[in-house]
Amino acid sequence: MNNYLTDLTLHLADTALILAQRNAEWCGHGPILEQDIAITNISLDILGQARNFYQYAAQLKNDGSTEDSLAYLRKEREFKNLLLVEQPNGDWAQTILRQFFYSAYLYLLYQQLQNSKDEQLAAIAAKALKEVTYHQRWSSEWVIRLGDGTAESHQRMLKAIDNLWSYTGEIFLASEYELQAVNEGMGINPFLLKNEWMKKVKEVFDEATLPIPEKIFMHSGGKEGKHTEHLGFILAELQYMQRAYPNSEW
Amino acid sequence: MTGEIDIEEQKIWALLEEVSDPEVPVLSVLDLGIIRAVKITEPLQKSPFPQDAVQGDLGAVEVTITPTYTGCPAMDMISMNIKLALIEHGYKKIKIISVLSPPWTTDWMTEAGKQKLREYGIAPPKGSVHNQWADPSESNEKIECPQCNSTNTKLISQFGSTACKALYQCNDCKEPFDYFKCH
Repeated sequence: MNNYLTDLTLHLADTALILAQRNAEWCGHGPILEQDIAITNISLDILGQARNFYQYAAQLKNDGSTEDSLAYLRKEREFKNLLLVEQPNGDWAQTILRQFFYSAYLYLLYQQLQNSKDEQLAAIAAKALKEVTYHQRWSSEWVIRLGDGTAESHQRMLKAIDNLWSYTGEIFLASEYELQAVNEGMGINPFLLKNEWMKKVKEVFDEATLPIPEKIFMHSGGKEGKHTEHLGFILAELQYMQRAYPNSEW
Repeated sequence: MTGEIDIEEQKIWALLEEVSDPEVPVLSVLDLGIIRAVKITEPLQKSPFPQDAVQGDLGAVEVTITPTYTGCPAMDMISMNIKLALIEHGYKKIKIISVLSPPWTTDWMTEAGKQKLREYGIAPPKGSVHNQWADPSESNEKIECPQCNSTNTKLISQFGSTACKALYQCNDCKEPFDYFKCH
């Protein structure tokens, strides 16, 4: 029962976990110390959100699953994360842009989700909204700094847009479980957030002297477990310990 | 009976004053405002009759806490420290319940806590959350340097040594300092 609610919760959890893992890859490699700390702090915030969603999903499943089994023992096709977050870090510009696209969306999503009829989703969203506000502000400032920076940084932002834009369409393409959750007053239809998101992106891109791309083909499938080749590699690293040494603990 | 439980709960609140935040040791969990409720489920009966001593070992308590930041790694340690403090005082069954709603904000921090932070060298959260988060771009309040009290300070990074702090520098005394983010 309530499969749609479990799926929605897992979608939110998986998206957060995979981005946290990607951002954590920067640990010790940030361009400067303060930003190394910033990106890993953001990773930690997002990992915390993922944990809250996984704990709730485990409770909903009520089949002996735990937050750990959901993160470490599900296969690639079971992950419902957005394709955007599994894309490689690339350079700093690409990491920043991915974060900005995601945070700008989450900011809108959590604002609505905190009024969900489902009390636990509402509580997690209300709690996380404040952190996401910081992430959005931080990533917006970096998009502007790099876009409106040197010829080199501007060029790299253009390349990042080129690499990532085709993964943004999926965000607003409602899955079956999202729509069912909307019908029950528990979820938010992402399509209805698209205009607001575009407005924010345009505002930041304008200031960053970056162009909004033309309409292009958009990838989709992540919400249903169809991923790009990158997810398998992320999971191979993320799940290695539990796969090699089942039930091991720190 | 109810009266006795009330007194016992009061004692637990007093005891929690001794449990500090591992990241900011000058603050107790009460200063932080993360304790939502204390509930005695089986009182620590100090029976006046020695033959009832077996019963006298009962002691079950539920403590409800709320995290400051979603991903705050100190929460596990705080839960453990609360448990240890209660065990030390004779409680046997301790349940720590974590709730998210209503979300913790820096408004839950006590004035005494803010003063302790300042003395410790961390600028306390400024202003109230409500007006500050209306528009995320509008948070340019002047933060006071905890060393020399100058408000001529600048933000170095929105993310500092822990998830809850930002990094600032004072333009007058030149000292860098942590600011406990208002959120």
